[in-house]
Order: sequence, then structure tokens, then C-alpha cells
Amino acid sequence: MTAALGKDLVGLERLSPDQIRLILDTAEPFKEVSERPIKKVPALRGKTIVNLFFEASTRTRISFEFAEKRLSADTVNVAASGSAVQKGETLVDTARNLEAMRIDMVVIRHPSSGAAAFLGDRIRSNVVNAGDGKHEHPTQALLDLLTIRDKHGKIAGLKVCLVGDVLHSRVARSNIWGLSKLGAEVGVCGPDTLMPRGIEELGVCRFRRIEEAIEWADVLNVLRLQLERMEMGFIPSVREYYRVFGVTLERLEKAPRPLTIMHPGPMNRGVEIDSRVADGPHSVILDQVTNGVAVRMAVLYLLAGGRPELADAAKRGAE
Amino acid sequence: MTRPLLLSGGRVIDPRRGFDQPADVLIQDGKIAAVKAGLGAPDGADVRDVRGHVVAPGLVDVHVHLREPGNEDVETIATGARAAAAGGFSAVCAMPNTDPVTDNQAAVGFIVRQSARAGLTRVYPIGAISVGQRGERLSEFGEMVGAGAVAVSDDGRPVVSSHLMRTALEYARTFEIPVADHCEEPTLASGGVMHEGLVSTRLGLKGIPAAAEEIMVQRDILLAELTGGHVHLCHVSTRGSVELIRRAKQQGIRVTAEVTPHHLTLTDQACETYDTHAKMSPPLREAADIAALRQGLKEGVIDCVASDHAPHAYDAKEAAFDDAPFGIIGLETAFGVVHTELVLNGGLTLPELIARMSSAPAAAFRLPGGTLQPGAVADVVVLDTTTRWSVDPATLRSKSRNTPFAGRTLTGRAALTLVGGTIVHELEAAPGR
Amino acid sequence: MAVEVLELAHGTDRLVLIGIQRRGVELAERIARLIEQDEGVVVPRGALDITLYRDDLETVGPKPVIGETRIPGDLGGKHVVIVDDVLYTGRTVRAALDELADFGRPERISLCVLVDRGGRELPIQPDVVGTKVKVGDGERVDVLVEELDGRDEVDLVSGK
Repeated sequence: MTAALGKDLVGLERLSPDQIRLILDTAEPFKEVSERPIKKVPALRGKTIVNLFFEASTRTRISFEFAEKRLSADTVNVAASGSAVQKGETLVDTARNLEAMRIDMVVIRHPSSGAAAFLGDRIRSNVVNAGDGKHEHPTQALLDLLTIRDKHGKIAGLKVCLVGDVLHSRVARSNIWGLSKLGAEVGVCGPDTLMPRGIEELGVCRFRRIEEAIEWADVLNVLRLQLERMEMGFIPSVREYYRVFGVTLERLEKAPRPLTIMHPGPMNRGVEIDSRVADGPHSVILDQVTNGVAVRMAVLYLLAGGRPELADAAKRGAE
Repeated sequence: MTRPLLLSGGRVIDPRRGFDQPADVLIQDGKIAAVKAGLGAPDGADVRDVRGHVVAPGLVDVHVHLREPGNEDVETIATGARAAAAGGFSAVCAMPNTDPVTDNQAAVGFIVRQSARAGLTRVYPIGAISVGQRGERLSEFGEMVGAGAVAVSDDGRPVVSSHLMRTALEYARTFEIPVADHCEEPTLASGGVMHEGLVSTRLGLKGIPAAAEEIMVQRDILLAELTGGHVHLCHVSTRGSVELIRRAKQQGIRVTAEVTPHHLTLTDQACETYDTHAKMSPPLREAADIAALRQGLKEGVIDCVASDHAPHAYDAKEAAFDDAPFGIIGLETAFGVVHTELVLNGGLTLPELIARMSSAPAAAFRLPGGTLQPGAVADVVVLDTTTRWSVDPATLRSKSRNTPFAGRTLTGRAALTLVGGTIVHELEAAPGR
Repeated sequence: MAVEVLELAHGTDRLVLIGIQRRGVELAERIARLIEQDEGVVVPRGALDITLYRDDLETVGPKPVIGETRIPGDLGGKHVVIVDDVLYTGRTVRAALDELADFGRPERISLCVLVDRGGRELPIQPDVVGTKVKVGDGERVDVLVEELDGRDEVDLVSGK
């Protein structure tokens, strides 16, 4: 028997539907913790967690830090820049050093796909992937799932379309796995220059026109368009992108049903999303942020606990 | 004067002459003296009973990286030559992407001298096409050939400028040497770390499309046609490339091509666990590509198997996939991998494999050896084609350990390797003396 | 028991009943209803899940279910009665006390349990007890309530 989630959370591709549901269900009571006068429970008291960020990220790091602190863990933030030292060397050496310091968990953000799995294979501590290259960003997808479930009361049977730069998006990959495992229909919409090869083979519907996606979907998850993509020649200009693929109020008004609007942030208003949509009545963007803390608390809690052999022994004695 | 050597009772395969029958091979004065059944041993001869084994021309690898000068910590000419000998190779061609680049006669001469000092497998230098492999100005082909270079290549980097490739092909005609190109269109391949396809999409790794290779394969073919020069295409990896080469050969264009054991046997799925030993350039492709490469090799569209032996320090591959270097070692596993996967489990015959690993590459690069014709230089390999062995990186002779075949059970390896009649490798449980 | 709770709290003025998940919540509910019938006063009631306050996270098991925690308003100046089904080691009550402290500062906290089976590992004693039973080490007391289990029953289960 293994623990609830195994040792690490690397991505949703490796999780079963039951494991994903367990995380979402566990996140529910943690929402309430953040509403308490004292927003803190002692569940991870004495645990040491290192937030190892090789890539700048404000909101993900803060969200994890809140989650850790609200669970009473001791946290250390390490911001390692990939520029000074060669990235690969830093990662191996950092792993060994962390191991030597007997920490309990590492939350890692790294520009290279596979970095979280790489670290998880080499240290005994639990590893949580906070985004590795273009691979996965599992906690973001989990908070997206929780937000969709809150809003619609279900996930199965819903049509969720990811709009924009799927090619470079770890959020998109994690969402595709999570949504399809929980029975949603997944669509992707954007220019072919921003779609990875063979994406249809992952079982998603492909839309080349935003109007068609809007007609089809119940939920739009609008991805952030990294502005440097334009310099790299994936799109001719931000202006044209907004004109062709922007999620605007005018476009949404033509939808056959009201669409739930999501965005993993940070938003480029007027690039991928219209401000009136982002701030509109169907936007759940701030709920996503709130749910982020609860989902991350659930993940940390589940990874830290769950040693079944001890659980059995305890049950025999207590209660 | 060395003792004569008689290899007695083996199955002798000499593809160039279409010879495949039990016979004895007599070696005298560094040359093949006779190949015939029932040869008597001359006085004082060293007689080896090689019954049950295969006697063939020594294997030839036209594409290895021996890292000397510059990175002697991961491989040297001597250790590379020892690994080659253990792999059954009597000759290898060393690519010029050393540090400094092998782009002048002194650098070429250094490799020739280091090879002679090692006294093992012959190491033939390949000179750089351009000075410093910078893709700008031609190197001095004439002086390099004079010092012992057998080909030119900027391998590791593609020749980006079509003009430079054209002049290289034209200029090389004077010296009758092939121009070997690493076919990759750099703007399409930029930043890529594996084959572009479903696996790269799932892993979130930047892909290199098959078209990046095929564009350059077609360009090189067109330039070979234009110039009449001999272009050699390194490590072909896609089904599209095989088709382009097939058509070019039908038109009589002077093109030769090689394929590596790993591109014949592994797909992009080997990258699945972010295993950096599956990171190579060109990348591992798909099952359909493997099928086309195998068919091309059988037909002779692809002339030869080359290892692209690329040693790296043990910790260089201990990194995130994006950050690890490209390439794997292959000299000691090349024959075993191809024999196991293509001959025992596939559609290639043993004589065909031996042709693709000895006579064909020797012919493509106009090297001595590659035949057991009496009078030829005695570069010979005795192959044990039945014993199963397991690849244990710790026991490899190469200084590096970066192989994706660790733990694999292979059938077939060199029992005895001869260079100029001298034994340079002998398997411990070698056929009895 | 409802009467005893009332006596303990000197009436319903400042009384708050907090049940410990899961069966304590149902018992608190019943006591509140009885008081309501007798006194015509609605007593504020809440629920407390102490999972996150346990001192044995690693034994929580592979699928820990965390129940709802619901505290009715500010606890300052109130008399909180913690209600649970079985009192054994006292560790659950210890956790509940810690958790309650994070919600405010009640004037007084009392403990009401249906069954006291002995075997305390902490210096904790109940103020109101339904029944005391003598239970061996290898035995377990299961309280069943109709709301959750379909019937009201107290079982003595032997063995594991």
C-alpha cells in the first residue's frame, strides 16, 4: 500500500481520478481554515519546507508560503537564479545540500521540464512541483478544478476550453490531464503557432477560431500570453492577437450560454482578455487565487501524512 | 618479423567478395596471406581455433568523438581506441570538434601520432570543413589530407551556409574525400532537445521536427548533384531522409549515409522519464522511422552503421533534460545492439550487417581494410555471435559511462580484434589457444 | 445529560454546545434539541474537526477525511460544552481545547461524553458522563447514532 499521493506531486498525468478527487475534497475544509480569526492549524508543526524557486514567481510562491504557514510548517525561501551558475549543476548540488539538511519537503519551480521529477528521484523528502518548464503545474490545475467544481457543482460533462499559448504552457498540460481524468471535455483554442504537435492525440478538441470555442464551451480558461513570444515570432503583434483571439465582451455576448471565465494570472489586460470580462460577473479569477491556498494546503497535508501502517496501528488503539 | 597467425575453422564472411563459408585465414607480415579451407599452419604459427565463430574484416566506424585534445577527462585517443578494439573495430574516424578544433595539419598530425602511440585500433582524423567549425572560411583540406585526414566535417554543427557547403564539396573533389554533414536546419531545431511529436508535447520539451533534418539532407543532395562532390550524411534519423537518399542514389548522385545503432533501435519514448541518456542529436524518432531506417540499411540506401560515440563526463548527464549534453557512447555496444535487434530479431542477414559495418564504410571513406582479400591489410575481427552478455557500464573500456543500453542483454560481441595482424583485443573467454 | 449540562452552565444564557466530529456533533445536536423542548431556548451549537490538531499526523492514514468545523459566533465570555461520544486517551479533547483556543477565549470550557471507557493518557476528566464502562485493552467501544448509523447503540467490540 502506498500513501495517498505517493512521495511527490510531480504532475496530474501520474495521478488517478480518485487521487485528484481526494485532493479537491481535502481542500474543502482548508478553505474554512483561511476564514478563521486565527488562520492557522498545527497540522505540519515541526515540518521544514523549502520553497526552491529557480524562476521568478510571485503569486505561486506567496500562495505556497501562505499554505505552509497556515499549516504551521517552518519555511525557507530559496531563490536561485539560473543565470550565474549552470542550471543543471545547481540542481544536483542543491538537491544534495537539501538532503543533507534533513528537510521534509521541497516545493520546486524550475525552468526545465522534468526538474521536479529529477529532484524527487534523488532525495527522500517530498517534492511538490510548482511548475517545471513547459511540463506541468499541478497545483494550478487543481485549483482550477476546484474553482470549476465550486461554480458548476461538477466537473464531469462540462466543456472547458483552454485559450491561447498552449505550446509553452505547463498550466495547459496539467489542466488537460486533470479535466479529462475527471470526465470533462477539453478544448484548446489558439493559432497553430502556439499549439504543440499531436495535441489532438491527447483527446482534446481543437479550435482555430475563438468564436467557435466560445460557442462550444461552458468554461474558458484564458492562458497568459508571454509577451516575449511575439519577439520570437510566434505571433505578429499583440494588437492582432487581441483582435483575432482576444476574449472580449462582444464575443462573449454572442455565446449561447453564460461562460465561466478563468485565468491563471498574471493577466495581460487587453492582450488575451478584455478587462470588462476579467472583472465581469462570470469571472472566477479571484476565486482561483483563494482556492490556490486551500489546494496547496491539501497537497502539503496529504503528502506529509498518510503512513498507512501507522494509521492501522493507531486505529487499533485509539477511539 | 612477427609470428604468422592462423585463424582456424571459423565461418569466414567477406562481403566485398561475396565470400561466406567455413575456411581458415592465414595472416603473415600484417597482411592476409590466404583464405581457404584446410590451410596448414606454417612453422611456428600461432594457431587459433575459431570454430563456431565468425571471421570477418575488422569493423570500421566512420563517426566517433574521442575528445582529445581538449576533454581528455572524458575520453582520449588511447581509451577511445581501446573501446573501439573491444567493440570489434579495427578503424575509426575521429570527428574534429575537439578543443581546439582539428582544422589544420598540425592538429591532424597530432591525432595520427596519438593513434600510432596507442597502437590499437587505427584512428583516422577527420578535418574540419571550416576554420574553427565557425561555418565561415574553408580549412586547408590539402594540408590536412597530407597529414592524414580522410574526410572533412563540421559535425556537431550543421554547415549552415549553402555557399560554404557548395565550395567544400567542390574543393574536396581535388583530394577525393567525402564531405560529411550533420544535417540540421538550425532555425527549426533551435532550442530543441528531442523529437517533435506526441511525447515531446506530453513532456513539455521543445521538439526538433523531422523536417529540420530533411531540409538539409535535400539541400546537401542538391549541392552534391550540382558539384559532383561526394557528400556523406551523418546519422540519418528520419523516414523522410531515407526516401530522399533513395531517390538521390537512383539518380546517381554521389551520396553516402550512415545510421547509428540507437536510431535503429530506440524511439522518442526512451525520453519518457526524462532520462538524459536518451538525449541525442539528431533525436530519437518514432517507430515508423526505425522501420524505414532498417529497410534503408538492408537495401544499402544507407551505406553503413556508425556509432556516433560521444562520451560525456558522468555528472554532465546528471542534470535536467534541457541542461544535459547531447550524445551517448556506443563503440562497445554497436555490434551487439545491431546484431541482436536487426539480425536475430529483424530482417538483416549477418553478411549484410558485416558489410554495413566493415566493407561499406571503408569504401565510403576510401580506407584500407574492409576485406579479407589475400594481400589486403590484416584488419580482422573474430565475432562470437552466440554468447549473451549484459551491458555493465562499469566494465566498459571507454572513459565515459553514458549509455542508454545499460543492463541490456545482447547477443554477439568481438572475441578477437586484429589491426595489421596484431591482436589489439581479446575477450577473456576467447576461443582457445 | 441535557439537565446536567444545564445545571453545569447555570442556564442557557451563555451556553454553546460544540460537538466533535463526527458522532459528537450528533450528540450535541440532540442535547440542544432536548434543551430547546424543555426550556424553549435555541442553544447555539457548533462542530469541531480536530484532525488538523492531532499530534500524530503520520498515523492519519492514506485517506484522511477532514470534517467540517463550524463555530457559532464569537466564543468570548461563553460557556462552551464540548460534546463527544467516547472518552478514552484524552488526546482528542486535548486537540479540541487547542483548536478552540484559536477561535477565541471562552469564559469556561466543560466536557460532556456519552461513554467514559477509562484509559486516559492525559489529565483530562469529563464534567458530564452518560455512562462509565470498564473496557479491556484489546476492546473498542463503538457508539452508533441513528443519524449516521441508522440505529442508536453502544457496542463493546472485542479484538481488533
